[in-house]
Amino acid sequence: MSQRKGFYLLTLLVVLLPLLFPDNYFVTVVAVSAGLNAILAVSLNLLMGYAGQISLGHAAFFGMGAYTSAILTTKFAWNPWPAMVAGMILTGTIAFFMARPVLKLKGHYLAMATLGFGIIINIILVQAVGLTGGPDGLGEIPTLSFFGWQVDTDLRWYIVIGSCMLLVVWLALNLINSRSGRALRALHGSEVAAEMMGIDTTATKTGVFVMAALIASLAGSLFAHQQSFVSPDSCDFFFSIELVTMVVLGGMASTYGAVFGAIVLTFLPELLVVFEDFEVMIFGAILMSMMIFLPQGMFVGMQNLLQRLTHRRSALPGEDPNEPA
Amino acid sequence: MSIRKNITASMGALCLTLAAGLVQAGDTIKIGSFLAVTGPASFLGDPELKTLQMYVQEINAKGGVNGKQLELIHYDTSGKAKEAVNFTKRLVKKDRVDLIVGGSTSGTTMAAIPIVEKNRIPFISLAGSVKIIDPVKKWVFKVPHTDRMAAAKIFADMKKRGLTKLALISGDGGFGKSGRAQTMELAPTHGIKIVADESYGKKDTDMTAQLTKIRDTDAQAILNFGFGAGPAIVTKNVHHLGIKLPLYQSHGVASKKYIALAGVAAEGVRLPAAALLVADKLADGEKQKPVLISYKSAFEAKHGAVSTFGGHAYDGLMIAVEALKRAGSADKAKVRDEIEKTQGFIGTGGVFNITAKDHLGLGLDAFKMLEIKGGDWVVVE
Repeated sequence: MSQRKGFYLLTLLVVLLPLLFPDNYFVTVVAVSAGLNAILAVSLNLLMGYAGQISLGHAAFFGMGAYTSAILTTKFAWNPWPAMVAGMILTGTIAFFMARPVLKLKGHYLAMATLGFGIIINIILVQAVGLTGGPDGLGEIPTLSFFGWQVDTDLRWYIVIGSCMLLVVWLALNLINSRSGRALRALHGSEVAAEMMGIDTTATKTGVFVMAALIASLAGSLFAHQQSFVSPDSCDFFFSIELVTMVVLGGMASTYGAVFGAIVLTFLPELLVVFEDFEVMIFGAILMSMMIFLPQGMFVGMQNLLQRLTHRRSALPGEDPNEPA
Repeated sequence: MSIRKNITASMGALCLTLAAGLVQAGDTIKIGSFLAVTGPASFLGDPELKTLQMYVQEINAKGGVNGKQLELIHYDTSGKAKEAVNFTKRLVKKDRVDLIVGGSTSGTTMAAIPIVEKNRIPFISLAGSVKIIDPVKKWVFKVPHTDRMAAAKIFADMKKRGLTKLALISGDGGFGKSGRAQTMELAPTHGIKIVADESYGKKDTDMTAQLTKIRDTDAQAILNFGFGAGPAIVTKNVHHLGIKLPLYQSHGVASKKYIALAGVAAEGVRLPAAALLVADKLADGEKQKPVLISYKSAFEAKHGAVSTFGGHAYDGLMIAVEALKRAGSADKAKVRDEIEKTQGFIGTGGVFNITAKDHLGLGLDAFKMLEIKGGDWVVVE
């Protein structure tokens, strides 16, 4: 029930913002980046937060989507829509064949394997100059259009990315509350126990891995058309780390937490530019103190805090307010 | 329930960000800039920012331009294209700047071009690639020499020495890759044959393998296109392998650091570079000399050794200021037209003659062919 309420509120927020501030830089530009990051964080959270499989190469899937769209539309004059689908097919296929060997690994080894994968993709993007434009990137990517409605202003991009983000959040919420969602969480708890319960853990893990890759590829395609320029540094190792930070900061295993983490991590640097040279230091200090004081993540942490406060008022003396419901 | 409360909290945070976004009004001419002040390309962005700040301050102290003070609004891209896109939008939409001087790297410049073109803001780029101005874009100009010019200058020098067979070795960064492409494209028109085409990664610490291959070809000269430590290692390896062929470097190594890194191996290496490096060795009659000496002494008094990159920022800013003065206002279309009419402007990079067809306006003579002798630069022309 409260999940659905949260979704309505998020929708309301996404709809209200441009109506209240139609020409504000933070709404039409920064919020669009935040929306894209939110899509990526939600998809990574399915893998990390719910299934417990760490990935340090998520930006690679994002990059594959972005570059497939960019290359097919600029070099081969494809329509952006089939290019986007082609990107998802390519990314999904690679993720599928990668999933089985890679997801057999656990912990640090899985982190290493996904990290390596991310770096390999980045090297390919840098080296294949003829196709990808190399380190200088690829420009003049056409914009999207829906039956003649050109997405050519920042506000229109806000509408497109905002809707996509809501769609992805809705998908993720539904997935988590479904049979396969419960299977994922069982997997996170204990793989052996999950198997004993009759869950095909390999298929479940592969499924969520491919799903996360597909969403990332979609975000990549949107990014390429929105920026009309892609370069390897937009999907490098550091971006993968940034995505992981978003998920952890917002709170693992919480879809709204991922959205929240993405919003905070996109807006914070934009707000801190006024501090110039001290920007990075203050940014680091904020992240550090958040993780010290709210180790479960900002969103989840605040949720628990609120719960504790409301509980305390009605709780019987002696009852532990920290006890999870 | 609690989710709603959290959403309210996040909404509050958003409102705060919006409040911070209110535009301040003031009667100044706003010059926007996005530079790679930190990150791997900081050796470009750092002197550029220092130069911009220094000269904006100086111009303001003298009463500004057209009776208005200049206001410099700058952001750090750390050399990332994505950041460049966002910050350019910020400069255009939020800060509402009158013109932009910036873009340390070719990647960040290329990423910003669609935005400035769409919003019609005059933009003077400080990055090297020829792609920025070829084909010509209405609102985009640039001041640094292109890699194509460097290649042409080297080919001209080779011809003079009667060399026609060239072995190319390039770094795999943006600069090396772009330089390699221009060299390959330009070579046939100058009657130069590329007999080897090797490359190395930016973290490589030994290029002996590539150079051994080059030694086995019938090359008459070696050209190395690259930035940072790579070229110094190539120079040392050439020396250690006892390869006696003339070695050319690009303008990417035009700093004293290269000579310090390569040591004795650098003796006899030739490279095309801006006259700024040899400012005090120029003949007194040279047009550029007073500009070079004044920039060099002003920069070195405050920030230490001068680099050609800071010089680009000086050229970009001054061309913009001259155009603002001629336009008599900060009207974007007028300023753009006036930048395009820049004729005979003497900057640190050379003498600029910008036209509608050439948004750089530097000739090959803007480069000096230098040779390293006794640990210092010597002009060989």
